[in-house]
Amino acid sequence: MNRRTMGKAVLGLAGAAIALSVGMGSALAQDKLKVGFVYVGPVSDHGYSYQHDQGRLAVEKELGDKVTTTFVENVPEGADAERVVEQLAASGHKLIFTTSFGFMNPTLKVAKRYPDVKFEHATGYKRAENVATYSGRFYEGRTVVGAIAGKMTKSNIIGYIGSYPIPEVVGGINAFTIALREQNPKAEVRVVWVNSWYDPGKEAEAAKALIDQGADVIVQHTDSPAPIQTAQERGLWSVGQSSDMTRFGPKSHLTAIVEDWNGYYVQRVKAVLDGSWKPIDTWGGISTGMVELAPYNPAIPADVVKMADQLKADIVSGKRHSFQGPVKDQAGKVVIPEGKTATDEQILKMDWYVEGVQGKVPK
Amino acid sequence: MNDFALIGPILAAMFAAATPLLFAALGELVVEKSGVLNLGVEGMMLVGAVCGFAVTIQTGSAVTGFLVAALAGAATASLFAVLTLFLLANQVATGLALTLFGVGLSALIGQGFVGIPLEGLPKLYIPGLTDLPVVGQALFGQDIMVYLAVAAVPLVHLFLYRTRAGLVLRAVGENHTAAHALGYKVLRIRFLAVLFGGAMAGLGGAFLSMDYTPMWAENMTSGRGWIALALVVFATWKPVRAMLGAWLFGGVTILQLHVQGLGIDVPSQLLSMLPYLATVLVLVLISRDVARIRLNAPACLGKLFHPDA
Repeated sequence: MNRRTMGKAVLGLAGAAIALSVGMGSALAQDKLKVGFVYVGPVSDHGYSYQHDQGRLAVEKELGDKVTTTFVENVPEGADAERVVEQLAASGHKLIFTTSFGFMNPTLKVAKRYPDVKFEHATGYKRAENVATYSGRFYEGRTVVGAIAGKMTKSNIIGYIGSYPIPEVVGGINAFTIALREQNPKAEVRVVWVNSWYDPGKEAEAAKALIDQGADVIVQHTDSPAPIQTAQERGLWSVGQSSDMTRFGPKSHLTAIVEDWNGYYVQRVKAVLDGSWKPIDTWGGISTGMVELAPYNPAIPADVVKMADQLKADIVSGKRHSFQGPVKDQAGKVVIPEGKTATDEQILKMDWYVEGVQGKVPK
Repeated sequence: MNDFALIGPILAAMFAAATPLLFAALGELVVEKSGVLNLGVEGMMLVGAVCGFAVTIQTGSAVTGFLVAALAGAATASLFAVLTLFLLANQVATGLALTLFGVGLSALIGQGFVGIPLEGLPKLYIPGLTDLPVVGQALFGQDIMVYLAVAAVPLVHLFLYRTRAGLVLRAVGENHTAAHALGYKVLRIRFLAVLFGGAMAGLGGAFLSMDYTPMWAENMTSGRGWIALALVVFATWKPVRAMLGAWLFGGVTILQLHVQGLGIDVPSQLLSMLPYLATVLVLVLISRDVARIRLNAPACLGKLFHPDA
């Protein structure tokens, strides 16, 4: 890791692209399987990319004698990504994890040119002979968090910081709002989009704006801990994203939706090693361990913790679904009828808000 | 809460959001007035941000942190100064390289400091005044750095237009050959100006990492250095206008978040663009008046100077 970042500093001086540092971290051993990881943010984001890197480290720990790993961080979604993925494929990586939605088309393009390399794309929906997809059912975590927020809010206004209005985020807002209003029918959700996954300054500004508008619980679907700090400063509640962010606001941090890729990454690398790898789609929820909740804030009353644990258990057992009918949209029209649950396709294409969310989904 | 009551918090947030831009823009303004174009503001801000944060964590003293941030920004700038002033490297290319270098260097320095929270600076509280409706929080409830940034505006203005040293600095920026012929040390003056620009960028960066969002994260300036550069042109190289520009930019940034939160139906992508659109629009309007640009832009901006040539 030292070596790699230093490499970046030197390259920065030379004015060269970050992507050239690919391969610097990989060992020379030819017989080991080379596994590459592409991250959208810095590993140090304490959130999304950090959790993916924890998965990489788990692979190294478990299978270090059979594999070497390389990662490239801060890769912008778009044309640059294709170059980075291609570079990994060209430098002998036989399994490449591209860990952000916007890497979908670049991954598929490169996969076509490198049929003997296996690719794993996170949170996307396009697969190929050598491209598998995987994601977590994070909306399940948002259901639990929504229920907790419903019990904790006093102002009945929840501030929700969104990154980009893609189905995953919109679905998360909906799952949260449904559970929130089950506990507290008077509560409403206000959404602010910052159009970035990672911009601490802007996320803090969004949190401030929502708090100034009366929100007393701040939920985020962005990756920096800045909103937690802002909520702590104002003495209000917050919910962390991707990893446990308690240390940024011990008095404020209710819990966090934690993404745990360790098990999945180890399993998939093993599958390549023993030749059983298939281009499947994996979508794991709380029951698979891919989605977890960070330790609850001690200030949450015992009955609320009990309710949340019960809800979690019901989701695991299948007794409860995050999108369980009747679910109404903002106009009051029933979209998911009573007795039905949303299909995976409905969830993956969600572009509408449920009742209780203010504003409209940006198109 | 009615919408009118939001004006106070919006104003308060606007001044804070403008502060890092104002520090960096004032520094760059002086640099450009001396005839040097340093595009490395973003890089210097990042180095200042990480050094200030690291030192504050180690020593527990925010004052030391800000001082070191200014020094670190100046040290980064000195690299640029040596390359462009003495080795006659192209200023645009060197400035861009300085930004890339700053991104990498700050990430390297910051490795041991990720994931550590810091307490922000205390906010001013004057009983009565801070509690005033609408303007109380905005004018009397900020922390010291917000006031320092504003205080720097008249100081820079007075320096540039009311002191002999300021006159010489401007002369160097307007016509370095003439200034040289009069016996002024062009390179020394430019070197000092570049150091000042670095120090101010360092302070702007440290404001982000030590106060605005008190933590260190790679690339946490997220393009604010570039906005500061645009603000200098936007302000036609006038300190007071740079301040107004920073407020405008900060204000639009905060306002668009509020518009979204209130559920007003405007596309959020468009709103996110607004601050940048406003900047571009003003730049276009200013640039239409060629005489004005020519009158205010330092004539030797970006031109290399060699005393023996």
